[in-house]
Amino acid sequence: MLAHTMAEALVIRPGLLTTVQDVGRWGFQSRGVPVAGPMDSYAHRLANAFVGNAAESATLEVTLVGPELEFDDERVVAVAGARFEVTVDGHLAPMNAPFPVFAGSRLTFGARVRGARAYVAISGGIGVMKVFGSRATHVGSRMGGVDGRPLEAGDRLPLGDPAGPSRSVSEKREHAPSRPASPAKTSSIRGMTARAARLLGARAALLGRAPSAGHAPDGRDMPDGHARVRVLLGPQHDCFTDEALRTLEGAPYRISQQSDRMGFRLEGAPLTHSRGADIISDATPMGALQVPGSGLPILLMADRQTTGGYPKIATLITADLRLAGQLAPGDTISFAVCSPGEAMAALIAQERRLMAVERPEVA
Amino acid sequence: MTTGFRILPAGDSTIVVEFEERIDPAINARAIRVADAVQAAAIAGVRDVVPTYRSVAVFFDPLRTDCRRLVDWLVGEANRSVETPVGEQVPISVPVCYGGELGPDLADVAAFANMSADEVVATHAHAVYRVFMLGFMPGFAYMGVLDARIAMPRRQAPRVRVPRGSVGIAGGQTGIYPAETPGGWQIIGRTPARPFDAERPMPFLFKAGDAVRFVPIDRSEFERVASNKEGRASL
Repeated sequence: MLAHTMAEALVIRPGLLTTVQDVGRWGFQSRGVPVAGPMDSYAHRLANAFVGNAAESATLEVTLVGPELEFDDERVVAVAGARFEVTVDGHLAPMNAPFPVFAGSRLTFGARVRGARAYVAISGGIGVMKVFGSRATHVGSRMGGVDGRPLEAGDRLPLGDPAGPSRSVSEKREHAPSRPASPAKTSSIRGMTARAARLLGARAALLGRAPSAGHAPDGRDMPDGHARVRVLLGPQHDCFTDEALRTLEGAPYRISQQSDRMGFRLEGAPLTHSRGADIISDATPMGALQVPGSGLPILLMADRQTTGGYPKIATLITADLRLAGQLAPGDTISFAVCSPGEAMAALIAQERRLMAVERPEVA
Repeated sequence: MTTGFRILPAGDSTIVVEFEERIDPAINARAIRVADAVQAAAIAGVRDVVPTYRSVAVFFDPLRTDCRRLVDWLVGEANRSVETPVGEQVPISVPVCYGGELGPDLADVAAFANMSADEVVATHAHAVYRVFMLGFMPGFAYMGVLDARIAMPRRQAPRVRVPRGSVGIAGGQTGIYPAETPGGWQIIGRTPARPFDAERPMPFLFKAGDAVRFVPIDRSEFERVASNKEGRASL
């Protein structure tokens, strides 16, 4: 049923590195296909939640310098993750809250305040073609997103149907008590029209109540040039000296200029191998700290290759991946070893915060 | 009770079953058997499973997976995998045009092996190789084990651009670049076959555990197959 013309967002300025991302291309790593997906999955999911999209919907990942987009129909938009000054037609838009845009509206990213990567969710999601079940862009293998590359000026991003399948998760909430939509009071866009209020009201009805910034994580832990992250040792920490394990938790490492979505090359104290720097190649989880012969670790990120031949001294806990994802070259990162129990508790706490936004009626 | 393997957590959302530290078809067959079992079991919360030379990584959502049960189940499967036979398979034939501009490192490999170029080709094309795993990029198969005489190490300086279809050697391994990329393997020829083509109903030519044989072809045959879409698709 594609009788209607698909709504689009026109890319006026692409920003430094803006890519379409969803939860990633899972299930094909055994054929060498990288997962890709957001560097900060938490902010990606949060942005989707604010506009009533399913967690799997595609967003735009914005890096350091944001884009300018023009819409050709009414949408609800939210920006989560790194703090930027974002405006709609010159009026300041809120972070971590939904706001409306209309046909002809221009969404413009201005100065970056803190963090490295923001996520732009648009109601209905970004409807580029799926490749191996995912819309995530992997630039290295030119897969997903817009022709497997970052956005360019003049690109037209197809937008999904806001009432379409991406809302199905919300529609399944039959158990949720239906509450009257209360007027939205989150937008700081002056002169918000009745139409805008209606759009937000529709979204509020979808969620069972009006979205409120009070329910959003306020982002006080958004890294500002430094992050302290927790790791679990392994899988190959037995390939390192005891000294290396102590060094890992010592002084912070600096993220070098040779860092990108594949991985962060870290500068700092070398980690000494106890029996050579080569292992028989094995799989590479996101957040693994792989250590080549130089002893300087590489933190493997979203676009990492599926396999690698260097030992991995430790792996970031899932709950702290988002902190690493908010770092840029020149920033610093330090590591603290934690227990599996602490990793799980942190992840559960994070899930609760997300659920409070996705399903406020059960929070 | 574990036989010849250990269970290693890799963070809080990946478990690795690691077998003995050797490149050995029998050990690789165990890893692939465990990976196949994970696939077949369709366990709730499991997102991906990756067999490599001598290990299997299981990626899961820790909030939706009973991790302790998953580990117990993996121990059972890993123990059961001891009896995995390394079956005789019909090899996948891959045509290769060796040497010349399509195989610029053939002479270097010949010098390394103290052989003629023809002898290197005969040695490379004589054996049936095992696909131990895929990695590096979509469709890239790590095959082995190469005859030790032609097992030349990687180039000192990797090439900025290796053309699609290039057939290379790196130590005991051989492989085909599925797309143009920077790469450091010694390039001895090129195949018109496509190890990866997202447009094909079967996008991947290889999977871990496959058997592969290289068949020498001349330049005109290479050009004929390369320009023939249907010929390529049947490969």
